[in-house]
Amino acid sequence: MTMIFGVPLAVFMGQLLLGLINGAFYALLSLGLAVIFGLLKIVNFAHGAMYMLGAFTTLLGMQYLGINYWAALLLTPVVVGLGGMLIERVLLRRIAHLDHLYGLLLTFGLALIFEGSLINFFGVSGARYPTPEIFQGGFQLGFMFLPKYRAWVLLAAIVVCFATWFIIERTRLGAYLRAGTENPSLMQAFGVNVPLLVTLTYGFGVALAAFAGVLAAPLYPVSPTMGSNLLIVVFAVVVIGGMGSILGAVVTGLAMGLIEGLTKVYYPEAANTVIFLVMILVLLLRPAGLFGKEA
Amino acid sequence: MATTQTLTPSMKRERRANLRRNAFYLALIVIGLVAPFAAYPVFLMKMLCFALFACAFNLLLGYAGLLSFGHAAFLATGGYVTGYLLSSYPTLTPELGILVGTAAAVLLGAVFGALSIRRQGIYFAMVTLALAQLVFFFYIQVPFTGGEDGLHGVPRGHLFGVIDLNNSLAMYYFVFAVFLFGFALIQRTVHSPFGQVLKAIRENEPRAVSLGYNVEAYKLVAFILSAGLAGLAGSTKTIVFQLASLTDAHWHMSGEVILMTLLGGVGTLFGPVLGAGMVVGLQHLLSQSPLGNWVSPILGLIFVVCVLSFRSGIVGEAIKMYRKNFK
Repeated sequence: MTMIFGVPLAVFMGQLLLGLINGAFYALLSLGLAVIFGLLKIVNFAHGAMYMLGAFTTLLGMQYLGINYWAALLLTPVVVGLGGMLIERVLLRRIAHLDHLYGLLLTFGLALIFEGSLINFFGVSGARYPTPEIFQGGFQLGFMFLPKYRAWVLLAAIVVCFATWFIIERTRLGAYLRAGTENPSLMQAFGVNVPLLVTLTYGFGVALAAFAGVLAAPLYPVSPTMGSNLLIVVFAVVVIGGMGSILGAVVTGLAMGLIEGLTKVYYPEAANTVIFLVMILVLLLRPAGLFGKEA
Repeated sequence: MATTQTLTPSMKRERRANLRRNAFYLALIVIGLVAPFAAYPVFLMKMLCFALFACAFNLLLGYAGLLSFGHAAFLATGGYVTGYLLSSYPTLTPELGILVGTAAAVLLGAVFGALSIRRQGIYFAMVTLALAQLVFFFYIQVPFTGGEDGLHGVPRGHLFGVIDLNNSLAMYYFVFAVFLFGFALIQRTVHSPFGQVLKAIRENEPRAVSLGYNVEAYKLVAFILSAGLAGLAGSTKTIVFQLASLTDAHWHMSGEVILMTLLGGVGTLFGPVLGAGMVVGLQHLLSQSPLGNWVSPILGLIFVVCVLSFRSGIVGEAIKMYRKNFK
């Protein structure tokens, strides 16, 4: 059997793939954080909760309303995104003029509310969402076995990341968004409805998190705490990459997933912590982050 | 000529204000001294430990404007080091255990501080959170913390080898003394020239830089001081409860201390004490009521209400109201 530094090729590639999948989630979540941060200048601490709500909406939709996976893939981001817009309209708007740390604190409170309430109804252990019929099984690639669903997650995440990049960098709406990031009051003077843009942006960022939640539902146990643990890692990813660039967020997310996967192969004890260690290294060598322009 | 005649009206006002403040502190100390005869001492000690923790956190947020989302790491470090030492070396006296625990938190604070002050604002909060999570995973894996179980049955021992801390009244007065020491240190720091520079950095960092202050050094010292005091709170708490566990290292704890400070009043000396008392009291009440499982969402709700409607906290709002109506 082929070995890579004393590890069988199949194991090596398998862990690399798992890492890449985790990386896809980091990329989706940090992308949403970056989009929201760009216009609202707040770090959405409720992002993990939104991801978790996405997974729960998918699970409960199937259990009680018989909504299948494909419909959930479309409906869940819309539903959770609308909820996000409501939060922006009712809560975040009131503190938009204040120090942005208050936004962090408010969304932290929201995360506690969502997570804590769901723990009371569903416990912490989590439930499983069945893998959709057509994704049963996988491909035998010769050097490794690639489950179909994992291949799909990777594909879907990359397509969505690319679509987001395209919308922001190549369309008129995206141009408004970028301009709003630079100078919202001038935008408003030009007749652009900036408050609406802010609401839509927050909704879109949240919808990205919910989409990640739907993708995650068949992959990981659906539990109320699934979001918060992931979010702290995503924060580290964001510190590493900086929130200035869309592509930067995606690349950093995928790369950190790969590094995590590699660590699992060679030194599993550090797999949980390696991203934080990379963050420390980046802070020492390049304090503004890999793609960051320090604000 | 008598000296009193040379006092200007503003000096008189200041003198009166000082007198009032001293009377207030004196009253609080008296309340603290008689409290164990009116309430359950362990509960009071818990309040005092968290009050010190919140005051330490407030030193950083309220006076240097730095929001740390990782203060649980220092509380836990103080607790674990003290707990481990006292459990493994029964001859060690508790005050030495606390000293070493606090020193460990100071060291960790120096590392955290040096790394996190390289970024500002929101990034600072995220860096501290990530570093604290690193520490959390570290404490899960290393053997000396007892992993998921934590350290149980840490002996309280004899203070200075003389005073038996198993007596709950003796324990209480010791904790009260530790708290007063921490509070006085913070009070001194805030009103010192060092504290004034910190406030200047909070208000306008570029201007402080242009005035020639080494802003990074000031921030770092404030961070280390805050971390050390948080560690002191953790060490003391471990001796009180004879327990050090992962709960103290979890990010929920970092959130709780933010809430205590915010609720009581960021940037006021007494606010965090009040906030800690309220949060600990509320947790105690809720745990005995049918809402026992809803502590975390209720704390979240208070967070939201606080941020939306009284950002200065209870003490802060009270000061504002007093100034509006009486001055």
